[in-house]
Amino acid sequence: MSARPGGRAVRAQAPRTVRARGARSRGASVALHATLIAAALIAAFPVLFVVFVSLRGRDGWQEPTRFVGFTLANYGHVLAHTEFVVWFGNSVLVALGATALGVLVAASAGYAVSRLRFPGHRPLMWTFLVVQMFPMAVLIVPLYNILGTLGLLDSYPGLIVTYCSISVPFCAWMLKGYFDTIPVEIDEAGRVDGLTPFGSFWRLIVPLARPGLAVTAFYSFITAWGEVAFATQFMSSERRYTLAVGLQTFVGQQKAEWGLMTAAAVLITVPAGFVFFLAQRHLVAGLTAGGTKG
Amino acid sequence: MTTAVSGTGPPRPARPGPFRRLRRSFDAYWYAWAMVLPVVVVLAVLVGYPLGRGIFLSFTDANEANVARTIGVNHIPATYEFVGLDNYWKVLSGQEGHFYGRLAWTVVWTGSCVFFHYTIGLGLALLLNRRMRFRGLYRVLLILPWAVPAFVATFSWRLMFNEKYGVLNAVLDRFGVGAVDWLGDGPLQKMSAVAVNVWLGVPFMMVAILGGLQAIPSELHEAAEMDGATPWQRFRHVTLPGLRPVSRTVILLGVIWTFNMFQVIYLLIGQGASSESEILVTYSYRLAFQGVRDYAGSATYGILILSLLLVFAVFYRRLLTRQEAAR
Repeated sequence: MSARPGGRAVRAQAPRTVRARGARSRGASVALHATLIAAALIAAFPVLFVVFVSLRGRDGWQEPTRFVGFTLANYGHVLAHTEFVVWFGNSVLVALGATALGVLVAASAGYAVSRLRFPGHRPLMWTFLVVQMFPMAVLIVPLYNILGTLGLLDSYPGLIVTYCSISVPFCAWMLKGYFDTIPVEIDEAGRVDGLTPFGSFWRLIVPLARPGLAVTAFYSFITAWGEVAFATQFMSSERRYTLAVGLQTFVGQQKAEWGLMTAAAVLITVPAGFVFFLAQRHLVAGLTAGGTKG
Repeated sequence: MTTAVSGTGPPRPARPGPFRRLRRSFDAYWYAWAMVLPVVVVLAVLVGYPLGRGIFLSFTDANEANVARTIGVNHIPATYEFVGLDNYWKVLSGQEGHFYGRLAWTVVWTGSCVFFHYTIGLGLALLLNRRMRFRGLYRVLLILPWAVPAFVATFSWRLMFNEKYGVLNAVLDRFGVGAVDWLGDGPLQKMSAVAVNVWLGVPFMMVAILGGLQAIPSELHEAAEMDGATPWQRFRHVTLPGLRPVSRTVILLGVIWTFNMFQVIYLLIGQGASSESEILVTYSYRLAFQGVRDYAGSATYGILILSLLLVFAVFYRRLLTRQEAAR
C-alpha cells in the first residue's frame, strides 16, 4: 500500500512533468518494488525456512540461524524408517477417488442447472450454496456413526465418499458458472442433429469444458489432500493414515521430531504445489464466475 | 421433445387434470431430473441425513456410553433419552462451555482475519495490477502460501513460533529482545493464530481481486482521468464499484470459511488441552472426540454454528440488495 501515497507525493511536487499514461516516477517505482519485495519475502519465508530446516539433519532445527551441517538424512529416515510412503499412497488413493467421483457427479448436475430449467432448479442452487456453510462439526458425529454402522470406518471408500460431500456442492457451483460461458447454440446445434440432452452434454459440452473440469478436479484433489478433521477421526489404524494424520505423529505431546516433520512437509508440498500452480489461474476465474452469475 | 433449453422456458398449456400434469412434467423434465439425481442422492445421504440426525442428537443426551454399539459379537442397544431443548438451554444460558466468550472470540477471529485478508489482498492486487518488471515472479511468490496445504503450513508456523528453538525468537534474540512465548495461553496466542491464517488466506483474495481489477474496462479509468479525477477519486469511484461483484462473493466465502476454519486452530494450538483460543468449531470437535464423547453437546454446537452462519448469509444478502436498491 505504501507505494500509493509515495507516488502521489512525487506527482504533487512536479505537476508539470509530462509523463506517459501508466508511467511512474523513480520514487514511486522504488516504493512499489520495495513493498512487493517485502510482501514476497513474508509470503515465501516460511516455505523456504522449512526446506532449510529439513536439510539440516535430525537436530538441526534447534539451531535455526546457523548455516552448517547440510544433509539429506531427514529425507532418508522419513522414507525408509517411517510409514510415510504408505500414508502417501493412502492420500493419493483417497484424493484421486474423491476427485473422480466428485467431478463426475458435479459435472452432470452443473450442466443440468446451467442449461435446463426444471422444477427444483432454484432450491438446488440454494442447496449448493448453503451446504458450503455447513461446519464439519455438524456432520462429523452423525457421519461417524453412520459409517460405523455400515462398517466403513477406517476404510478408503468411507473417506472418499465423505470428501465428496465436501467438494461436490462447490464443484457443481463452479461448473455451472463455467457451462454458462459456453454458448447455448452449441447445444441447440447438437439437438438439431438428433442428440439427446444427455448426448449433447457428454459429446459436445464435456470436451469443450475440459479447462473447467480440470479446475474442479484440482480443487477436489487439493481439498482431499489437505483435509484433517475427518481423516483424523475416521482412519484409526496406522496403515490407513493419510498424510494429514501421519504428519501429526511426528510432533506429538511426547516427542518433537521437527527434522523429520519438515522433510515430510516438503515431500507433501511438492506434488500439491505442482498441481496447484497448474490450476490456480483458472481456479479463481471459475470461482468468481459461478459466484457473480449465481 | 419439449426439454427446455435456457431462455425458452417450458410450454404453458391450459390446465389439464393433475395426473396428466404430473405425467407431462415428467416427460418434459426427466432428463434434467436424471442428471441432477446423483448430486441429490449424494447430498441427501451425506449431508441431509447426517444433518437430520445431528438435529435429533442435539435433542438427546447421547454420549459415548449410551449410544448403540457393537462390542465383539454383542450388540448393545442405545439407551440415550430425549431431553428436548435442554442442551440448547444449557449452552445458551452460559452454563456449559462458556458459549458467549467463545462466540465473541470466534466473531473477532472471523472479523479480523477477513479484514486483513481483504485489505492486504486488495493492496497487493492494486500493486500487481501495474506494468512493471518481475511482475510474474512477484505473483508466483505471493501466491506461494496458497499452494502449501494448510496443515503443512500450520506445522511450519508452529516450528517458527517455538519458544526455545523457533526462528522468530532467535531473530529477536539478535536484537536483544527476550524470548516470547508466541503460542502460550492468552492474547498472544490468538494473535499468532490470526497471523497464520492471514498468511494463508491473503493469496486467494489477492488473486480473486486481481481478476476483478482486470475485468474493469480501462476506458472507465481513462474517462475519469480525462475529467481530472485524482488517483484517490479514481480508486474510490471507479475501482471499488467495479470490484463490487467480486468483493461480495469473496467476502461471503471468506467469512464462512474462516468461521469454520478448523485446521489452523486445531493444529497450531495443540490438540490436547482446552484453550481460550478455541473457536466454536474446534470446541465442538473436541466435545465429540475427546474424553467422554459428548455427541449431543457437539451436535448442539454444530447446529448453533450453522444457524449463525445462515442468519449472517441472509442478512448479508439483504444488506446488499438494499444497497443496490438505494443506488
